[in-house]
Amino acid sequence: MSSGARDGARDGARDGVRHRARDGARDRVRHEASTTAVATETTELQKGSIGTSIPRKEDGRLVQGQGVFFDDIRRHGTGYVHFVRSPYGHAKIVSIDVSAALALEGVYGTLTGDEVAIHTDPFFEMSTPPGANIKDYALAVGTTRFMGEPVAAVAAATRELARDAAELVEVEYEPLDVLVDAREAVKNETVMHEEAGSNVVWSGVFDWGDWEGAKAEADHIIKVDELHFHRFSSTPLECAGALVEYERGTGQWTLYCNHQMPGIGAIWMAPALRTSLDKLRFVTHDIGGAFGNKICLHPSYVALCLLARKLGRPIQWTEWRTDQHTANAHGNERWFHDVEVAVKSDGTMLGFNVKALDDCGAFPRYEPLGCIIWAQVTPGCYAWRNIRVDFTQVTTNKSPVSPNRGYSRMQHLWLTERIIDIVASELELDPVAVRKLNYVKTEQMPYETPNGCVYDSGDYARCLDLALELVGYEGIEARREEAAARGKLLGVGIGSTLDSGTNNFGQSQLLNPELQFSGNNEAATVKLDIFGEVVVTLGTVPQGQGHETTASQVVGDIIGCSPEQVHVRPGHDTFFNSHAGFSGTYASQFAVTGLGAVKGAADLLRAEMIQLAAAVLQAPEEAIELADGFARIKDGPDEAALPFMALGAIVNANNAFLPPDFNPTLNHRFVYRPYFGNVDLEKKMGKLTLTYATQIHACVVEVDEETGVVEIVDYAAVDDCGVRIHPQIVEGQVHGATAHAIGAALHEDFVYDEDGQLLTSNFYDYHVPHALDMPTLKTAAIESPSPFTPLGTKGMGEGGGGGIHCICSAIQDALKPAGKPIVYDSCNPSHRVWSMLQDPEATRANVKVVSR
Amino acid sequence: MAEPSTSASISVEINGEVYEREVDARRLLVHFIRDDVELTGTHIGCDTGNCGACTIQLDGQAVKSCMLLAVQADGAKLRTVEDLANDDGLNPLQQAFSSHHALQCGYCTPGMLMSATALLEANPRPSEDEARTAIQGNICRCTGYQNIVEAIVAVNA
Ligand code: FES
Ligand code: FES
Repeated sequence: MSSGARDGARDGARDGVRHRARDGARDRVRHEASTTAVATETTELQKGSIGTSIPRKEDGRLVQGQGVFFDDIRRHGTGYVHFVRSPYGHAKIVSIDVSAALALEGVYGTLTGDEVAIHTDPFFEMSTPPGANIKDYALAVGTTRFMGEPVAAVAAATRELARDAAELVEVEYEPLDVLVDAREAVKNETVMHEEAGSNVVWSGVFDWGDWEGAKAEADHIIKVDELHFHRFSSTPLECAGALVEYERGTGQWTLYCNHQMPGIGAIWMAPALRTSLDKLRFVTHDIGGAFGNKICLHPSYVALCLLARKLGRPIQWTEWRTDQHTANAHGNERWFHDVEVAVKSDGTMLGFNVKALDDCGAFPRYEPLGCIIWAQVTPGCYAWRNIRVDFTQVTTNKSPVSPNRGYSRMQHLWLTERIIDIVASELELDPVAVRKLNYVKTEQMPYETPNGCVYDSGDYARCLDLALELVGYEGIEARREEAAARGKLLGVGIGSTLDSGTNNFGQSQLLNPELQFSGNNEAATVKLDIFGEVVVTLGTVPQGQGHETTASQVVGDIIGCSPEQVHVRPGHDTFFNSHAGFSGTYASQFAVTGLGAVKGAADLLRAEMIQLAAAVLQAPEEAIELADGFARIKDGPDEAALPFMALGAIVNANNAFLPPDFNPTLNHRFVYRPYFGNVDLEKKMGKLTLTYATQIHACVVEVDEETGVVEIVDYAAVDDCGVRIHPQIVEGQVHGATAHAIGAALHEDFVYDEDGQLLTSNFYDYHVPHALDMPTLKTAAIESPSPFTPLGTKGMGEGGGGGIHCICSAIQDALKPAGKPIVYDSCNPSHRVWSMLQDPEATRANVKVVSR
Repeated sequence: MAEPSTSASISVEINGEVYEREVDARRLLVHFIRDDVELTGTHIGCDTGNCGACTIQLDGQAVKSCMLLAVQADGAKLRTVEDLANDDGLNPLQQAFSSHHALQCGYCTPGMLMSATALLEANPRPSEDEARTAIQGNICRCTGYQNIVEAIVAVNA
């Protein structure tokens, strides 16, 4: 199924040869029929259904309301759970009295922090001390550390009753001092976790290249005192939850749930519950979006497991929207202090130095991984070689964070893009030219970054050109004048981002050398059954990415049948035995790890089908081809063809004539494992991730001078994720990531008051984009196949926050005539823009240029 | 004095079938549809009436079923997503959603389809703006809306 070009790309990678896989076909630009302009450059690598946007297998059930989401599952005698949650940001729990709740008819039972502390162990922490000493349980034990933290749980016959009963639980609190600002928390004047003795979870210095040398060589040093990346999250439309059943005889829990990374979920939960991994069966079917926000569900799930065991009945919990916003999963908030950038007079960037202060909320959970994940994209899209980052992460009395689309890289890429635009503005350089001058060039690929990561392929300048063309960059000066005549300030912005995919979990050892995680893996099985059914089982946990569809395309192309003939089981089930330690859907990796596993299993099946057909048809294996659902002799007569059904039936049900030494199973499991090698703990270098998809966004905004309201008038996103299995799905991911970024850039903000009360706890106050908020998105794609992956694909979907970067960039450009304010925050609702218009000097005081 | 009654018996027609049930006076219509009648195609995405995942038709009008009590639907004719497909399979709107990739996770989709159905009944050939306005009360966190709008506009184009 691979064309020569793709084989070449793989061979090149194996031999360590720098090989450009994207020769040829570069200049073909195809315009697809769509209401938006879509320019597509494609390679010659496609064959069969790979590369075509076939109808999605998932759609039929979902448009008829026949999807199965966890909340759709019913069991007799279920206890519905409602959590009693802390109204305080930080308080001592003096006492909890559940007696009134228990007295209510229809209430099955309760669970409190004291019981949790007896029956479970604290969750495993990934940090070194002080973070390692934090004790995190399923419910608050003794102290509550954020508003909305569960302190008790009630199970009752109906959802309404459970809620009523939860109201009757009496909790006595003694409020404590509240920390809502990381800059205060780091001073340790109030300490949130006594066991840790500090609010600092983790800190460390990363120093690559020669920052001092770069500083000495520079013509200008640009300094920025403070930049702030705000707190928001993807807020999937389906809230979290699960139906949990406990089997007393075997000690087995089954969770019908929407956890997006069950492999890791089980690693947290099993030791806490003092059981083994195999006792936790995770089943997912359809999931209503996750975006990383459904990775840290283990505390709630452990509470449900305890209740299921304690009460001997199925336990159901569906999170309320307000609880999702208040207490589930925020994105990492990050401050950047004392930024220094070394620049030559021609605009060549030599490097930067920064102090990063990350705010992970009340408990680290998936953290401190965010303290290293950003390093996958240390230099962003740029070729600067000298980078120094002093990184600290602290806890605050806010919702714990969890990975959120673009996790940790987005924050860092926002910094690199802010740096480029601030430097361009201060030194009066053209922001397009300065980007092109400093971008890593396509001829340099594969490119090793200062910290040992390898950018596999890409052409950033080409993507930028396409994006600028789509937003009408050419006529921009005339449009500025025309807008000015209407009282609008028009600006254009660029966001250059990398969507790094397929993590090397070995990077966790850069935080804590004791951690026993490295590499990555994913599993899949493919089998041919008695009636010729091709059945695929995935270890991944799809939430809308169309895995059933793309997996069927890959399998169909490999074994020679149409994707319709391939049945891909929806969802994930631990008992399918098709999962591996890192199974899940996260970190932009399905097209590499998930499909790598599918391809591996399908290749094994294909080889066996050919062997079997050769034996039956008494022909050499080379003479057999698999096509159109048949194994047949190439150019042979019609009768020399076996339908898949015949192959499946022979092996499974009619095998007496097969020789004793030939035992085909037609049922194959494959674990795909990317090769990374070790990370160098001393120098903090290594291949932290496998692939780098490019997303270059550009937009034109108009800012109302009177009100500060920002309107996006043109928007383009250009994507390069290597070979696209299903271009429409890829474009859909680009649209979705862009919508998240636009929401974050202009509205979405988890705002806390000084008492630790979240002010934006539902969709009224936390405004996500609605249909009328979204501009028309123009998209384009080029394909630079990855030389490192089985199909030339790259993971994509997270998008690196390109929209946030380009909107910040465009606002700064628009405001230039109004006193050149500097955009210093990633969220710019009208009130902030208005303040910048009123007092541009306040933002400029943040920036200094020291020239030789 | 007698205790005030906290439940009522209602008769509701849903997708052509009549359901007579005793319901708690405080039962939300969406919970009645999902939990009592077990039509789980209608979804819940919020607790404030913002998201539209629960959108159904009540006597021909698109309504958010989380914003009504079940008792308020007594005597009404309801239509949910389960009623859209016919014997020949998906209806043209459902078909358009699939061919335009107007859904990813599909969680908002039933509500989107019901809002769009009400729009197309009133205005078979909506403009892009009209389509956007019609789904303004429906949140989608996956698609960025563009393909949804394209699908709705394409149905009778
Ligand atoms: S569930 Fe959100 S509006 Fe009804
Ligand atoms: S498709 Fe997922 S919320 Fe709309």
